[in-house]
Amino acid sequence: MIAELGHFTLILALLAALAQSFFGLAGPAMDRPSWTSTVRPAVWVQFLVTTLSLGALVTAFVNNDFSVEYVAANSNSALPLLYRVSAVWGAHEGSLLLWAWILVAWTLAVALLSRSLPEPFAARVLGVLGLISVGFLAFTLFTSNPFLRLDPAAPDGRDLNPLLQDPALAVHPPMLYAGYVGLAVAFAFACAAMIEGRLDQAWARWTRPWTTVAWAFLSIGIALGSWWAYYELGWGGYWFWDPVENASFMPWLVGTALIHSLAVTEKRGLFKSWTLLLAIMAFSLSLLGTFLVRSGVLVSVHSFAADPARGMFILAFLVIIIGGALTLYAWRAPLLRSEAGFEFTSRESFLLFNNILLVVAAAAVFVGTMAPLISDALGLGTLSVGRQYFDPVFLLPSLPLVALAAVGIHSGWKKGRLSDRRQSILLALLAGVLLTLVLVLGVWEGAKILTPIGFALGLWLMLSALIDPIDRWRRKLSMTRAVIGMAIAHLGLGLFVVSITAVESYTRERDLALAVGESGRVDEFEYRLEGLSTVEGPNYDALRGEVRVFENGKQVGLLYPEKRNYWVQRQMMTEAGIEMQIGRDIFVALGEDLGAGRWSVRAQVRPLINYVWFAAFLMALGGVIAATDRRYRSRPEPAA
Amino acid sequence: MNRFLLPAGVFLLLVMVLFVGIQRAPQKTVIPSALIGKPAPAFSLPVLGTTEEFDSASLRGQWYLLNVWGTWCPECRNEHDMLLEIARTELLPMIGLNWKDDDAAALEWLRVLGDPYDVTAADREGRVAIDWGVYGAPETFLVNDLGVVVYKHVGPMTPEIWSREFLARLPKTSAGASGAPIAIGAGS
Repeated sequence: MIAELGHFTLILALLAALAQSFFGLAGPAMDRPSWTSTVRPAVWVQFLVTTLSLGALVTAFVNNDFSVEYVAANSNSALPLLYRVSAVWGAHEGSLLLWAWILVAWTLAVALLSRSLPEPFAARVLGVLGLISVGFLAFTLFTSNPFLRLDPAAPDGRDLNPLLQDPALAVHPPMLYAGYVGLAVAFAFACAAMIEGRLDQAWARWTRPWTTVAWAFLSIGIALGSWWAYYELGWGGYWFWDPVENASFMPWLVGTALIHSLAVTEKRGLFKSWTLLLAIMAFSLSLLGTFLVRSGVLVSVHSFAADPARGMFILAFLVIIIGGALTLYAWRAPLLRSEAGFEFTSRESFLLFNNILLVVAAAAVFVGTMAPLISDALGLGTLSVGRQYFDPVFLLPSLPLVALAAVGIHSGWKKGRLSDRRQSILLALLAGVLLTLVLVLGVWEGAKILTPIGFALGLWLMLSALIDPIDRWRRKLSMTRAVIGMAIAHLGLGLFVVSITAVESYTRERDLALAVGESGRVDEFEYRLEGLSTVEGPNYDALRGEVRVFENGKQVGLLYPEKRNYWVQRQMMTEAGIEMQIGRDIFVALGEDLGAGRWSVRAQVRPLINYVWFAAFLMALGGVIAATDRRYRSRPEPAA
Repeated sequence: MNRFLLPAGVFLLLVMVLFVGIQRAPQKTVIPSALIGKPAPAFSLPVLGTTEEFDSASLRGQWYLLNVWGTWCPECRNEHDMLLEIARTELLPMIGLNWKDDDAAALEWLRVLGDPYDVTAADREGRVAIDWGVYGAPETFLVNDLGVVVYKHVGPMTPEIWSREFLARLPKTSAGASGAPIAIGAGS
């Protein structure tokens, strides 16, 4: 019954989304207020039925209803409750339903918080969002229905992929989708503005908080995915430039450009058509990511069950949504003129460079991601693009970007007025360089070419980000959330650069072959395999190693890496033993049985690795604080 | 022409690449069968050469192959060595569906050429073959542990077909995520 309820409410959701998009777009266009006012109720209906539908799928998972094929294929009666719930989005069908639900949740939020907007405009925004809902719901219903029955029912399920049985990965997809889908809101605002042919500073003020919050979700989603890869995949890497990682990173880069470009449009009424294009691109790249993951055109460790029919459907959807928006853009963007000018060292020009560099970085990632596909399409054979391409090509625009930020956050609008802050900025640079020397010569010895550059730039930005809040605090000036948020986000970026530099420069890793009682040495670190034991989990048994780590003869860690064997999927998984310390991680993973009682043990010491994710969290936190600034909440009437 | 058309132009190129990409996606060679993605039809048939009944329900919970063959079918002779090869890997059980055949001839065939099947079910009147949508031997079905038909190949089995279409669909029994090869020997 519950599966049929889910299926039925999914059909209702599609109908509600159709109504929402029709009334939202046709109402204002044909000037029928009764149609326009029907949009919000349609959003409510769509939200309620989609919630019921998702709830039905969750219920089927929680109750181990293996007469539903999707449940049977992705869950098991021995699976713990948390993972039975997260298994809902553990594969293609359910994750699409989650996408659709998050989209309608965002839409509802827009519907509730857009009362101060002109009615026709709000209706158009909701109409465009409805159109995107239609696409996703139809996709789910017609190609990827999670509610199909299995007759006869399976005695037990096939279990969730063990790789996905992890708390971080239970939260990673919802966060990531919340980010992707949040960019749909910016997209819808852009489309509504283009339909009306009018884009003013008020438009940018409405769009900004939505975009920033979406960007924050995306940041956290990406960071969680990277964290998971670090401790679950067993080799201690945190970023692989995998097509699917890139698919989430490109919208992030363009989204970052967008939130900065929106600032210019809001404050100065400039960059209008550029802001529109970024809003379209950010969401388009999210959709493209969805396409790449689910159509099977690119091979990736993250790929869902690939299906060309699904690929065709998404491609058609891409053509309608993105093609439509870009056509609208070609038609309407020429109407939007910005008259004001600005000086070379003004904030406008800093943000212009910021945008150029971010888009160049995104383009570089895009080219690397698409190259294998393009090469194959042209019949030039298969091509594989890895770190050798991505690392340098991405660093090239990113390093200047950090320097630009350290100076640019102090620039004034319209005119270049750096002089009053020039001293502080130079002081921050000097302090950054000195600290770099301490790090390179004192704390960690030795350096690669980029090490001092990375440290100096990152530290400079961190210190520079603090200048403004400290200055305001000392002069007892107002401290708005916008100021605090901006400072925290840029502090986070600086910390991110510093920690990545440390990880890339000073990680020490080695594979040791150890039998019980033996120890292996990596520079001043000694790893001793004290014992091996068998332990049993709810749906797996594991071989657990006990590894004692010494630094210069003194014990610094006791780790329990595991090699788990999941019964149902008969998959071996490594569960690394990680000792988090201030300033570094000690990481030990059990590898293969080498015979004769010996096991390969991967031993790593990674400085500052946790700060990489903490920095991403800071950036997201800064975004959320800035997005809740008072000026976005105030009504048009100054009294409120 | 205005410069604002440029993004749409770039997008058009991208769509063309993606379109070609889909066409070339490895899964494009799926032969449409009404059964793929559907539960495999249940059957109960006598085991070839005996009076025992074989019930397909006994296969639940495991992946298996169902190969449709007959001694009257020349292509079946051609694929027989490949089937023996597959049986030797012991990856999954292979069920023979001996279709509209003569028991004595079928038993003789298996005795002379070798028997790749774990069980051979004798479908003398071809009723089960109708349920399975067979329209010519040989045909090979791949059925998963949930009892769902995953793939169907029409025509003789070849090493290419086996590895590209069948092996690729089988679940991996061990994860590939165990890191790089060992670089050095024992420590200290």
